[in-house]
Amino acid sequence: MKLTLKIWRQKSANDKGNLVDYKVNDVSPDMSFLEMLDVLNQDLIDKNEEPIAFDHDCREGICGMCSMYINGRAHGPDRSITVCQLHMRSFKDGDTIYIEPWRAKAFPVIKDLIVDRSAFDRIQQAGGFISVNTSGNTQDANATLISKYAADTAMDAATCIGCGACVATCKNSSAMLFVGAKVSQYALLPQGQIEAAERVRNMVAQMDLEGFGNCTNTGACEVECPKGISLENIARMNRELMKANIN
Amino acid sequence: MALDSKVPEGPIKDKWTNYKDKINLVNPANKRLIDVIIVGTGLAGGSAAATLAELGYNVKAFCFQDSPRRAHSIAAQGGINAAKNYQGDGDSTYRLFYDTVKGGDYRSREANVYRLAEVSTSIIDQCVAQGVPFARDYGGLLDNRSFGGVLVSRTFYAKGQTGQQLLLGAYSAMNRQIGRGKIKMYNRHEMLDVVIVDGKARGIIARNLVTGEIERHSAHAVVLGTGGYGNAFYLSTYAMGSNVTAAWKAHKRGAFFANPCFTQIHPTCIPVSGDHQSKLTLMSESLRNDGRIWVPKHMEDVLAIREGKLKPTEIPEENRDYYLERRYPAFGNLVPRDVASRAAKERCDAGYGVNKTGEAVYLDFATAIERYGKEQAYVKGLDENDKALIKKLGKDIIKAKYGNLFQMYEKIVDQNPYETPMMIYPAAHYTMGGIWVDYNLMTTVPGLYAIGEANFSDHGANRLGASALMQGLADGYFVLPYTIGDYLSHDIRTGPIPTNSKEFDDAENQVKSNLDKLINNNGTHSVDYFHKKLGKIMWNKCGMARNAKELKEAISEIAELRAEFWKDVKVPGIANEYNEELAKAGRVADFLELGELFAKDALQREESAGGHFRDEYQTPEGEAMRRKEFQYVSAWEYKGEPKDAVLHKEALVYENIEVKERSYK
Repeated sequence: MKLTLKIWRQKSANDKGNLVDYKVNDVSPDMSFLEMLDVLNQDLIDKNEEPIAFDHDCREGICGMCSMYINGRAHGPDRSITVCQLHMRSFKDGDTIYIEPWRAKAFPVIKDLIVDRSAFDRIQQAGGFISVNTSGNTQDANATLISKYAADTAMDAATCIGCGACVATCKNSSAMLFVGAKVSQYALLPQGQIEAAERVRNMVAQMDLEGFGNCTNTGACEVECPKGISLENIARMNRELMKANIN
Repeated sequence: MALDSKVPEGPIKDKWTNYKDKINLVNPANKRLIDVIIVGTGLAGGSAAATLAELGYNVKAFCFQDSPRRAHSIAAQGGINAAKNYQGDGDSTYRLFYDTVKGGDYRSREANVYRLAEVSTSIIDQCVAQGVPFARDYGGLLDNRSFGGVLVSRTFYAKGQTGQQLLLGAYSAMNRQIGRGKIKMYNRHEMLDVVIVDGKARGIIARNLVTGEIERHSAHAVVLGTGGYGNAFYLSTYAMGSNVTAAWKAHKRGAFFANPCFTQIHPTCIPVSGDHQSKLTLMSESLRNDGRIWVPKHMEDVLAIREGKLKPTEIPEENRDYYLERRYPAFGNLVPRDVASRAAKERCDAGYGVNKTGEAVYLDFATAIERYGKEQAYVKGLDENDKALIKKLGKDIIKAKYGNLFQMYEKIVDQNPYETPMMIYPAAHYTMGGIWVDYNLMTTVPGLYAIGEANFSDHGANRLGASALMQGLADGYFVLPYTIGDYLSHDIRTGPIPTNSKEFDDAENQVKSNLDKLINNNGTHSVDYFHKKLGKIMWNKCGMARNAKELKEAISEIAELRAEFWKDVKVPGIANEYNEELAKAGRVADFLELGELFAKDALQREESAGGHFRDEYQTPEGEAMRRKEFQYVSAWEYKGEPKDAVLHKEALVYENIEVKERSYK
């Protein structure tokens, strides 16, 4: 396949970026999208040009590092995958592909396609945990029964990889799917109950502080989430917040 | 220098308890005066950082990713072992210890492994308390599955994302301490040297990967939880950024490197599709609970498949060779990884590989789908003879168990594994070798520790499935916090370690000149060009089967490649900016040294053990032939060039387990 790429180039956070055209030839449909960019980068290095900077690590859809807006969609055209799992067979010979970084005030661009997602870490630091020290003396793991439904639903929420696609795709740049997923995981488990009220209040406050927008129930986040995190988690977070504020 | 493993006296059952009773402790007020650097935030580094901060030490944690949550522990799929015996199937601390030592082909240190088995149960308790959503049964109790090389079900899991959930648990514990100010987190930082002052590890030199700035960080002790070196093979199941640099710099500063040739080639990975390939994807070993591995019995079927004239589903049962079930009836498809990988290689070398490259075997779920379907039909009172219904019910069960893995496979290969068998082939996955540590997890450099995959101690020559997560968390949550306290008890009056000493100057200058050399080289080939070449040498000559002739070739070829790298590598851009090529160049430079030591170690070890298989040492049936003369750990001391490395031996003594033939028949 031969493709035309229009890629966002930006030297640093303070620079004004722009889209630059690149041509790639001999693209095999079995290549992953990132391998296609590897080929382009090797080409650029050979021509003494600067390679394109992008985040990536595990290349199997679980670390959450890769983050690209491809043809106007977070992680590209396919559903339920990250960029690193996107393969070139999803494109046709002669296609033009637009590649941009996540766009959100709370995710400033570091370089080219790389953004700073440390706001997510700070939200977790505000309350995304259960306060239990390591001791070797906590109660036996089977001492508290947890229904299969609760464990499975908590697991579904916990599969969030923190990539930020939900924020990137939301017209309000809201992080509610991300925060809702973490709040839900703990809200569904008995271990999470003790600190439930404080947790949701602190995490939501930090989320607002970071400059993420609000949720207007468009549902784009759920559609673009590589792990299929459900909107229900946002509803659960709102219920938890309401409960916390009433008590 | 004689190696002292510092294994405590007494019966193996009491060693750890007695040890803990007798070590020096640091009182809470004094812990506030002590700094600890932890490099790497995977299961080992993350859990250690959280626990040490909870205890009151000042922790500085470093990772090269944009967040500690992204360390490659996140990709571990199948599960974590613990001797809980919740299934009542005869499990115990001793049996987990026994399985692990036997699984490691009697090349691990007994006392370390016993301690690992002993603390395994606390890990599960701790993770559940943290809110890790392990799989549960309908009664609300924790569920278990079985893994290779064992006869009990002791593996706890969270779908096919166990590593992710455990890492997020450790990450949440870290976050709590970051929020309290007890951990200072340095994301997008890479350690480029360890600083030794008066013979003790007292800090590191790190590069800020965003600005390119070189930073000095001091502490009273330095802990490396920096993972394995499998990316020496270029293609592997490791993350793209996984590297040996931190471990190798430690080695160059005096830490012995143990058993580098003990590498795990995992049997069930998605086969290579072409030259563009950047990484290989693992399909969890848990799939071997339900998947059956086979190749066609007859060559004409193999050829017809390769030509696309025949589908695997069209080959009748009697024309299939379920070679693991045939060769190892007792363990069948759940033989340990080294055995399964070699058996796949044996069939493919014999010409029975089922894809175009001839390097793939089938992993087939049809039998399991039918079995589960029938079970479900019976439970639900439905027609057990309705084939379409059975298939649908069976698929639902398989989907619930392995859904994410099947989806991953389909995305990469573009085939539906519910309808046609998966194709798999072995790939580099884990390194049992690593930095030599004593019972305290301290390296040969005082104050420098290595934990998790970065050290060598617990898995011998082969790691059993679901044991990496166990070891990472055992080291970080339950072992290091005790052992490092004993060491740090001597540092309560030391005060902060200054970073303006000559040692810091020297280390920083060396790091900077190294970076300058790379960036100003202006050669003709990119970093990847050299990395791929190294990978080919490693895979072809230091891979699943090795022999003296090829290992000697590998040693000289790697040395030549390294010389060519330093002469001809091309790194674009400048040092004071985000520059991934520069970061990669430094990592590949270290792989080019480690690779040679790896081959040297493999050549020196004239036996077959676990993942190290020497063609010259095999039984008439083609099984690994271990040799009593090599019942030791090879710990290599750095002396300049890898070829000059000096071997130190730690004899392995087995007092609590009989060393016998490792049979899975």
